[in-house]
Amino acid sequence: MATYSTSEFRGGLKILLDGDPQVIVENEFVKPGKGQAFNRVRLRNLRTGRVLEKTFKSGETVEAADVMDTDMQYLYTDGEFWHFMVPSSFEQYAMSQAALGDSAQWLKEQDVCVVTLWNGEPLSVTPPNFVELKIVQCDPGVRGDTAQGGTKPATLETGAVVKVPLFVEEGETVKVDTRSGEYVSRV
Amino acid sequence: MHDLSWRPGAAAARDHRARLNAGLRAFFSDQGVLEVETPLLSAGAPQDPAIESWRACAPDGVSGYLQTSPEYPMKRLLADGSGDIYQMARVFRGGEQGHRHNPEFTLLEWYRLGYDHHRLMDELVGLVHTVAALDPRWHRPGGGVRRLPYCDLFREALDLDPLSCTTDDCAAAAADAGLDLTGRLDRDAWLDALMSLVLAPRFPSDRLTLVFDYPESQAVLARPSEASPGCASRFELYWGDLELANGFHELTDPAIFLARRKQDRERRAREGQALPDIDAFFAAAMTSGLPDCAGVALGVDRLLMCLLGTRDIATVIDFPWGRA
Repeated sequence: MATYSTSEFRGGLKILLDGDPQVIVENEFVKPGKGQAFNRVRLRNLRTGRVLEKTFKSGETVEAADVMDTDMQYLYTDGEFWHFMVPSSFEQYAMSQAALGDSAQWLKEQDVCVVTLWNGEPLSVTPPNFVELKIVQCDPGVRGDTAQGGTKPATLETGAVVKVPLFVEEGETVKVDTRSGEYVSRV
Repeated sequence: MHDLSWRPGAAAARDHRARLNAGLRAFFSDQGVLEVETPLLSAGAPQDPAIESWRACAPDGVSGYLQTSPEYPMKRLLADGSGDIYQMARVFRGGEQGHRHNPEFTLLEWYRLGYDHHRLMDELVGLVHTVAALDPRWHRPGGGVRRLPYCDLFREALDLDPLSCTTDDCAAAAADAGLDLTGRLDRDAWLDALMSLVLAPRFPSDRLTLVFDYPESQAVLARPSEASPGCASRFELYWGDLELANGFHELTDPAIFLARRKQDRERRAREGQALPDIDAFFAAAMTSGLPDCAGVALGVDRLLMCLLGTRDIATVIDFPWGRA
């Protein structure tokens, strides 16, 4: 079992805490001149996404989380599970909607995502930063209005709803930033 | 890409540091306090449970310790009749690195004969105001210094008596304040946690706060307090929530010194910490007789941080550890 001491704490380190894998977002060393040292840490739970603050007595050790990021191709969903494959080994993994969370709305077949594995089981999926998706439903475009700021909601082929400029038409393909959920351009 | 890691990182603070150093030296020169120099490398080291000395080894097997403060040799000077003295010293502390810590830093330490800690607190505040006025670009602490006993601070803010509380009481107060803490702590470690993580962050951000008369269990080299039973004549200065200085009405009783040192050493052994060699010269000087005096050590890098309004010590040190 690998462990980390507080002196090894830094942003990005993945540790096991309260039974869940967590990533250190921020680590602050706090010590009175003559007194006990502490590490004040902000952690993100990799399973729930929840962020919490915890303080460790310096010198304590914590268990390392066996967490690994792997590039995988999204294959298909059977309605209950989403299926992914490691392109080099053809190894396949299935994830439930609950584990996928909001990422599901950006997944298009064949796209390559980062799947985070914990003890060999998929924990979460990070879609590509930019995806190109077809609009399956939106109000008709307003001709000539190419520069004004107005927007309208558009439903994409994966079910995601994004705000697009008024001139964009149903059936067109748009590029979206999955981190912000914002429209970037027409394709 | 060229490797730029060679470049010093505190160009913007460089002339400020030079000006601050000159201002500090002028202050003591005006007061008739003598600048002294003492060795960085010593055969022995303090036994403080929470301060780790760097060990330096020569190829011939001779080894010593880099000083964690110039306190011991400066007190030997005092015991030898030096009179009022000060020093701008580079000091080294193992394992201390963060936004407010660099393992090598600058301490301004001075001693005043015949002063008690209250008189030295007055001088310390005067020094901060004097140097802060030297440059119109610098932040100055707001008017009025909050000055209160350690026990009052804990009683008022947390309804906790630091002299009689249990570790469970401390844990409850920490939980009330939203502090989620992992690790087994004794009472003093809990009090440190509450001070650093709960109380100091509530100090007014632009003001100086002086906390004095610490529990005797945290006396270090302060003499027992006459005004506050169970406490020692120790104080700390904060600017906002940043600890700037620590001082004592100095312990002169060699028997108490030896008893505390023994306790510290036993504690270090119990916790599995390194046991540095004892500084026999300092113990002998204490036995020979330290004159009645008060002394304080002020973190110069941190003072500079406050004057410049920066929150990261790396912005005032050109070559912080990792790039030194």
